[in-house]
Amino acid sequence: MECQECKQNPATLHFAQVTNGEKREIHVCHQCAKEKGYVTHDDESYSLHNLLSGLFNFDPEKLHHSTHNKPAGNQMECKKCGMTYQEFAQIGKFGCASCYQTFSGHLNPIFRRVHSGNTTHDGKVPKRVGKDISARRKVKELKWKLQQLIAEEAFEDAAKIRDQIKEMERTLNQREEGED
Amino acid sequence: MGLEQFINEAISPWLKEDGPDSDIVMSSRIRLARNFEKSPFPLIANQEHLDGILYFLEKEFNHRSYANYEQLEFVRMADLKPTEKQVLVEKHLISPHLADKSTYGAALISKNEQVSIMINEEDHIRMQLYFPGFQLEKALEEAFQIDDWLEEKIDYAFDEERGYLTSCPTNVGTGLRASVMMHLPALAMTRKLNRMIPAINQLGLVVRGIYGEGSEALGNIFQISNQVTLGRSEQDIIEDLTSVVEKLIEQERHARTLLRQQSELELEDRIFRSYGILEHSRIIESKETAKCLSDVRLGIDLGYIHHISKSILNELMVLTQPAFLQQYARRMLTPHERDVFRASLIRERFTLEQREEL
Repeated sequence: MECQECKQNPATLHFAQVTNGEKREIHVCHQCAKEKGYVTHDDESYSLHNLLSGLFNFDPEKLHHSTHNKPAGNQMECKKCGMTYQEFAQIGKFGCASCYQTFSGHLNPIFRRVHSGNTTHDGKVPKRVGKDISARRKVKELKWKLQQLIAEEAFEDAAKIRDQIKEMERTLNQREEGED
Repeated sequence: MGLEQFINEAISPWLKEDGPDSDIVMSSRIRLARNFEKSPFPLIANQEHLDGILYFLEKEFNHRSYANYEQLEFVRMADLKPTEKQVLVEKHLISPHLADKSTYGAALISKNEQVSIMINEEDHIRMQLYFPGFQLEKALEEAFQIDDWLEEKIDYAFDEERGYLTSCPTNVGTGLRASVMMHLPALAMTRKLNRMIPAINQLGLVVRGIYGEGSEALGNIFQISNQVTLGRSEQDIIEDLTSVVEKLIEQERHARTLLRQQSELELEDRIFRSYGILEHSRIIESKETAKCLSDVRLGIDLGYIHHISKSILNELMVLTQPAFLQQYARRMLTPHERDVFRASLIRERFTLEQREEL
């Protein structure tokens, strides 16, 4: 059987497409199948990527149904490395550390499947970067305390806390600038 | 070069030592995946980024030592010949991915070959640490120290919620892949292992053959490793793996005892046939080699064979792989030539044993 698209090569891909309840048989060669978008992968081997991307493709739609006002996941693009959600879903790999932030709304279902239901890290924290993390946590805590003290009109204590926050934020900012 | 010297150079020094439970556990490995915070991951990074990482790591770590891991040597993939890369793969010092796909790949390898830090593979950094026998806890402890040492110079991509950020979602969190290589001939022979695998999988652990393609486990050598990296601490992951490995050791020992009780003569026959093949064959494929080596090793462990060193299985599994054979032959070999060369290398190796005996 010849390919129904190019009418040159032998058809190697045979499948049925159902559109609006109407069944249509399709016989195409590999080349045309790729061009027409019937298949997305050049690599036909069954790999972890294929398996994963299967999971990914499943997720945006599910999310789209549950949150109607959000844009579809595949229109998102990482500002830092330019990877789109669609590319991520296709190759199953992140482009850079920032992708985790960009696609964060869509990651929990994926992580849950891959990591036995887990979505949050529990384990080693790097020494240097980790120091900032605990400092930032502390600043957050202090800010909350400051609000409380102000509400209680304990202005003297509030001033002390305010100075402490300022000092901590200054060192944090300095460290960040020093890294650039 | 004589075979003795070739083996000395070919076998990683750490592999020559005996570790705990080394009659069953051949080695323990810890792998940690890490990335630079500010650079795109190798998959999409441009040459400038990847060169920058190579330059930085070479400058900071080439020829440095940490504790027992002396003289890290910085090796660029671009500077190696295909067989040289393949030899590193066969020694498990680098991955096939780094050898074949990573144009800007490199590795920092310690002199004793216990530590290998792969650079610009799927992640910017993948450090692996090997220990002989069953020593997961110790391996993790020391891998953490090396990790801290690297972190003194590197800003890791780390997120409070997600942990260490990796290119593939399957590694995020701890970035840890802990694995042990086990010789399980009795469990394989009695088909008990197949029945145990589903239960092991349920704990988030994976069992696979380490030599050979797909699910086939050449030489009855299996790798057990963790799959889950997010939401569990490194210690918990190691604990789970350890308890499964302990169970497997117990079961393997039990199966060996049973085999001996129920079919001693058949077992002995099988072992000595394999011994005969290795010692006398003129043409041998890798599959048959692996089977015979596994039998002979079992024969040594069970006390049927006395005058051969235990390390022969580990050693010959490495040495009879294609790239090593070609390196020893100092030329390219066709598959048939490889089988001839493999047989002659094995015969020579057995002769060495007899000489040591005298």
